[in-house]
Amino acid sequence: MSEPRTLAPPERRVAVVSGVERLGAYHLVTAHDASGPREPQPGQFYMLATEECWGGGDGERPYLPRAFSYARAHVEPDGVSLGFLLEIVGPGTERLATLAPDGGLALVGPLGIGFRPPPEGARPVLVGGGIGVAPLLCLQEELDDPTVLLGFRSAAHAQAAALFSGDPNVVTDDGSVGRQALVTELLAAELDADADAEAAVFACGPPAMLEAVRALCAGRGVPAQLALESGMACGFGACFGCVVPTTDGYLRLCVDGPVLDGDRLESALFAGAGH
Amino acid sequence: MADIPDPTPSARQGTFELCGVALRGPVLNGSGTFDAIAARRAFGDALLERFPFDAFVSKTITLEPRQGNPPPRLWETPAGMINSIGLPNKGLDGFLASDLPELAGLPVPLVVSVMGFGRDELARLVAAVGARDEVSMLELNVSCPNVETGLIMGADPAETALALEAVRPQTAKPLIVKLTPNATDPGAVAAAAESAGADAVSLVNTLKGMALHPETGEPWLGGRSGGLSGPAIRAIALEQVAAVASRVQIPVIGMGGIASGAQAAEFMAAGASAVAVGTESFRDPAAGRRVAAELADLSLSDRESATAATDA
Repeated sequence: MSEPRTLAPPERRVAVVSGVERLGAYHLVTAHDASGPREPQPGQFYMLATEECWGGGDGERPYLPRAFSYARAHVEPDGVSLGFLLEIVGPGTERLATLAPDGGLALVGPLGIGFRPPPEGARPVLVGGGIGVAPLLCLQEELDDPTVLLGFRSAAHAQAAALFSGDPNVVTDDGSVGRQALVTELLAAELDADADAEAAVFACGPPAMLEAVRALCAGRGVPAQLALESGMACGFGACFGCVVPTTDGYLRLCVDGPVLDGDRLESALFAGAGH
Repeated sequence: MADIPDPTPSARQGTFELCGVALRGPVLNGSGTFDAIAARRAFGDALLERFPFDAFVSKTITLEPRQGNPPPRLWETPAGMINSIGLPNKGLDGFLASDLPELAGLPVPLVVSVMGFGRDELARLVAAVGARDEVSMLELNVSCPNVETGLIMGADPAETALALEAVRPQTAKPLIVKLTPNATDPGAVAAAAESAGADAVSLVNTLKGMALHPETGEPWLGGRSGGLSGPAIRAIALEQVAAVASRVQIPVIGMGGIASGAQAAEFMAAGASAVAVGTESFRDPAAGRRVAAELADLSLSDRESATAATDA
């Protein structure tokens, strides 16, 4: 099976922002990419920067582009509309979230290897935590009615659940939406309720969640594909900065990931994870 | 399409030469800032059709394979970044067997960067790499301790000269010495390298830097400290290039935070014969090509204004 990787043009280009939608604690930045590939694969990511005020002139930080899995890619007559979900946590996400319509979104991508389809006959279970729900949005569109389990910190964060179709099962840390529970509790219940049916888990979220998903699936012999995060400077294998420890030694998450099979990891909790 | 014009045909086919090797232009990559093999996986054949550099400098290889430093390996700074990568590589045998055949397919001449933890090791690397037809030039990364003396080879003129004397007989191919800015007098190191047979020097390597974890106050990087690069170091690099160029006759390859053709032109005005783009490639994989195009345009307008002045 060929790996789910759509190739990127070898240069940065500028997409035109069509809107920034506020969704509680998150922002959904949508931009029109006129020249990039129309069909990135769910789980792939783009390196993003604002066209202006990013490392040039008086700008000190942000300097490096930031990696984001795309949440949506909808083909349009003259390009593709890309959606990126983000939360303001630092100077880079702040600049991206305050882009104005018609502003320039500099990007390189799609990059990395995305999610592989589930094995024939297996029922897909999507497990997302916080901002990590982003790549599961486009994945949901590709799969046939997957089970969607989402966990958020609070009601403000849980607003991102509205982006999913159907009726995702949502829990929160504070019980403000759904039960007060961890999303991994939902996953354990889901897998145990129908233990005879073959399941395939697709997960993205904070390191502790991913580690819990990995351990839980490993214990039940359920295949899990985990979309991981690590600090990146380039996104295409140049800087060697984003390595994660695997059973094969250090792998660059940008070219050998960001989606890795759970059984390639001894733990999803590693130094630098989630940064 | 991001519309980056190719450098003018005359500049591309041009007569540019570095240490006797014909190049289509004067823009290289800094070693360790571009992995052409990984980039080909991300970008496909388009990378070869629009290759960003006029010569390709490999990541540094060592005699034995290295896994590199534990993560985290990166820290963003004002106008730059600190890396603590630790030279992960497949080792000499792995490089020759699996990387070199792929790098030989690049559309530009290949420079292989080598590092030894002693003079014998360095000599073995130079002999083995220099013997390969695919390799046009070698770059010696001397920013490492000599395990025999404990001194950073490239920080000391005498150590640098001894290293050059050990490797010079091993190959007739051009030897570039990559100078570290973490030296008391890089000009003296460059002069020592030239006397001992170096064909060119390149500078600067990264400056030593450190970042602390914002919550714990402990070193952020897995390797504790690292190397600072990017626009943050450009002024320092420019001064060191000028200082070194005033001390040697051999070509100087200037680098350190170059992100535009105008900045490349400054390094050349300071005495560099060629330049390298490093950290800027992390922001845009086509940065080298853009810098080359801007530089060619600048040279062209210089010639035009010179002609206009003569005509006036």
